[in-house]
Amino acid sequence: MTRLVGLMLLLLISHSHGASTIETFDFADPELRDRYQGLVEEIRCPKCQNTNLSGSDAPIAKDLRATIYRLLVEEGMSDAEIRSFLVARYGDFVLYKPPFRSDTLLLWFAPLIALGVGVVILVSVLRRKPMAGLSEDEKARLEALVEEQKR
Amino acid sequence: MNRASFFVPLAAFVVIVIIGFAGFQLGDKSVLPSPLIGKPFPAFEAPLLENASDVRDENDLKGRPLLVNVWATWCPTCKAEHEMLMKIRATSSLEIVGVNYKDQRNQALAWLARYGNPYSFNLFDADGQIGIELGVYGAPETFLLNEQGEIVYKRVGDVNERIWAEEIQPRLKEMRGGGV
Repeated sequence: MTRLVGLMLLLLISHSHGASTIETFDFADPELRDRYQGLVEEIRCPKCQNTNLSGSDAPIAKDLRATIYRLLVEEGMSDAEIRSFLVARYGDFVLYKPPFRSDTLLLWFAPLIALGVGVVILVSVLRRKPMAGLSEDEKARLEALVEEQKR
Repeated sequence: MNRASFFVPLAAFVVIVIIGFAGFQLGDKSVLPSPLIGKPFPAFEAPLLENASDVRDENDLKGRPLLVNVWATWCPTCKAEHEMLMKIRATSSLEIVGVNYKDQRNQALAWLARYGNPYSFNLFDADGQIGIELGVYGAPETFLLNEQGEIVYKRVGDVNERIWAEEIQPRLKEMRGGGV
């Protein structure tokens, strides 16, 4: 049983790593290889609507993988420098995680605003007096009925 | 429960539908806004398609407004666009510079010989390096540059009659201070 679960997990893990990356790059340093792998998983392919660089067969994704390799290994750029290199050319689209800026504030805070609105509605519903919509006559009748029940 | 609050969920639903619909109307999601608008054309060095020993750089794109058109013989839309570029060349004083993107030199030259050459010259970008500097992700892409060599406008997809009349010509007119 444990073995079966282990095998299933292994299949799951091997599947989640995009299999469409065809070209291979040589990394002298395993740390560089890990950073490369992280970047191509993280950066979105500009030609595709929702695929990262490692998962895309588009020619531009292949070119950008080669560019990331070059910037990493030959130019010795940091991850942040590579990200801003790509954003300067392709825009924020290539980042799955939007940057925190004045024009993206609404994007970041919209869920919080929606939560606030929900809380306000909930509180107002909970605090509403059950007899608010009734006339004086109706209230008197309702109280009389309640009294009758109690007896 | 009173009558008004009964309609609150319905009203919320209608608002969400309207927002969703407006989202779909916002335009083509496959066209990305370019961060290069208002920036100088990126630095490059590239040989000409027409003559491999003649190397040009970004300074060769300064001094007059021009269109920089990224094209390739493997790109079907470029074929569709070609006729419009020929027309612009014939009817306007606007210069067009080509960036032959990830192409074969002999095929590109044969294409120009066969369909006509609207370009004053073509940069030969065999490995797509100029393309990456320009944020090109799908040919054809076209950039309008002002006299200072700054990118004023970018078109992803073909330059057609509508783009020429509504997007390029008004900007060109503004650059030239009124006259075309």
